[in-house]
Amino acid sequence: MTAIPTTPAPAPAPAAAPAAAPIPGGRAGLRQAVRSEWTKFWSVRSTAWSLAATVFLVLGICVLANATAANNGLHVPDPTRRSLVGFLLGQFAIGVLGVLVISAEYSTGSIRSTLAGMPRRPVVIAAKVVVFGVVALVVSEVLAFSAFFIGQALLSRTGYSATLSQPGVTQAVLESGLYLTALGLLALGMATVIRHTAGAIAAFAGILLVLPLVVPALPTSMVNAITRYLPANIGVTILSSAQNTHIFSTPDFSASTGLAILAGYAAAMLVLGGWLMVKRDA
Amino acid sequence: MAPVRLGGSASFTCGLAATMACNDDRIVIEARGLTKRFGNVLAVDGLSFDVEPGRVTGFLGPNGSGKSTTMRLIMGLDLPNAGSVTVGGRKYHDLPWPLREVGSLLEANSIHPGRSARAHLWSLAQSNGIARRRVDEVLELVGLTAVATKRAGKFSLGMTQRLGIAAALLGDPGVLLFDEPVNGLDPEGIRWVRNLCRGLASDGRTVFISSHLMAEMSLTADHLVVIGKGRMIAEMSVTEFVARSSRQSVRVRTPSASSLSDAVRAASGIVIPEPDGSMTVTGMNAADIGELAASLNVALHELTPVASLEDAFMELTDEAVEYRAAP
Ligand SMILES: Nc1ncnc2c1ncn2[C@@H]1O[C@H](COP(=O)(O)OP(=O)(O)O)[C@@H](O)[C@H]1O
Ligand SMILES: [Mg+2]
Repeated sequence: MTAIPTTPAPAPAPAAAPAAAPIPGGRAGLRQAVRSEWTKFWSVRSTAWSLAATVFLVLGICVLANATAANNGLHVPDPTRRSLVGFLLGQFAIGVLGVLVISAEYSTGSIRSTLAGMPRRPVVIAAKVVVFGVVALVVSEVLAFSAFFIGQALLSRTGYSATLSQPGVTQAVLESGLYLTALGLLALGMATVIRHTAGAIAAFAGILLVLPLVVPALPTSMVNAITRYLPANIGVTILSSAQNTHIFSTPDFSASTGLAILAGYAAAMLVLGGWLMVKRDA
Repeated sequence: MAPVRLGGSASFTCGLAATMACNDDRIVIEARGLTKRFGNVLAVDGLSFDVEPGRVTGFLGPNGSGKSTTMRLIMGLDLPNAGSVTVGGRKYHDLPWPLREVGSLLEANSIHPGRSARAHLWSLAQSNGIARRRVDEVLELVGLTAVATKRAGKFSLGMTQRLGIAAALLGDPGVLLFDEPVNGLDPEGIRWVRNLCRGLASDGRTVFISSHLMAEMSLTADHLVVIGKGRMIAEMSVTEFVARSSRQSVRVRTPSASSLSDAVRAASGIVIPEPDGSMTVTGMNAADIGELAASLNVALHELTPVASLEDAFMELTDEAVEYRAAP
């Protein structure tokens, strides 16, 4: 332990004119909150770990899946989709990061420091959305294009590989990056509501993994109505360059509509979380 | 207000003037009917008090009496069921630059253990537009410069406490809220915090510091807000608080300690021998002890009534303690 500094000298008698450190005009707002969140985001190890896991899963599975296809001479009907298949696992890693951005504040108590600096809670959430959203978007798009090019390079021997100039391919790659970002923001929104790391991760994973298993057990009319709203199903459409998959009698949403719906889910969760945060004790 | 030198290197200027600018009454923290319920527990029950600048106000109460809850209510972390509290005439929520006006050290953890001390302070500084240089100043001030890049989770309790104090001082605020600041500190650290609080108050700042330890408060505070079971028990100066204590003890010094002790015990007084050779007598007042000594022909070198603050505190909070035995 370092030595404790010397004790304060007795204070001189207060002079008549206050030499107050000037408090600037205006007030702390989103700009300051974003800077603070940026520092917080990069100063914990879980950020690097989660991002590394996302990269590892997306690219690792891309390499595995496409190398296998190439080596075994498999028929690859949608080479774009095959190169992006790692997103189906990478989405959990980015989801964990989105959850931690807010849940770690509650599990460690650092939310109290955060709110001491910025007591307006919706501003705190908005700043987290900006910081996480920007990082997730950049990482997701870089990953989408990297996975695409790596995948196509591996598939090139098979004669099935795609190029960005083919119809729907660039859009599929771009939208896959947006999909990952939207899921991350959905996870962040869910964690704002749930506030517990494990609970929020379980709920997020449940929506992607469990709902698609549960919904088909419902009466057929409900299955048809609900299925296409499931994030997992929306994801399947987005990650492929082909048009609708038509598994059920009601067609899936187009990729762009699906993305808008996902963004809507994330926004709804964030607004609900923000509202609850204002109503609840920190 | 003249800047006061702390730790030799950093200097403070008081942000109080801005907080108080258009307000000539001296109340900085104003609680009115503050009430907070957790389920069945009424943690804070209609609490009203004022905290003034330029002195250390001790916030005293037994464990579970609602001190930490009150601190969180002041900062708007918990929302009251009834009543209100303002700092410098505003709710904490409405302070334009909160950390430049109110510095706080809460009892519960409020630091991410994975973050370095410097990153923690820098992120807080950024949230209130505070210069980076100030982060190093407060680190220096609390003696954590050498471990600034270490993760806060590796810190001892005392270091964590000092990091919390550094965060409180970051914005050079005119108001300081310290919840049990000496928890986990060694005697040297306790003395340091005590002097810091006194220095900040004599600088004209408002210092509101909670403790469940009466003895600690008597050394640090000028004024007391005493609560029990969430309710106000007393709001008065430390001196008055002591004077109102009826349970006094008497310090006695005599060359004939053993014969006097026997006589005191026979008169149903209680004798506590002190390490310095004196003894503390309770259950008898100074006059009676003097008479007794005279009747025994015992010389007295000292006969001093001592009001124990601990006793005064216990007495005042007695009726507010939850698990009090029936009389
Ligand atoms: N978040 C909470 N949820 C439920 N009960 C609480 C909470 N915080 C405090 N309490 C209860 O409120 C009472 C006052 O607690 P606290 O303010 O921590 O007292 P103190 O700081 O004086 O020891 C206690 O009975 C405590 O158990
Ligand atoms: Mg407490």
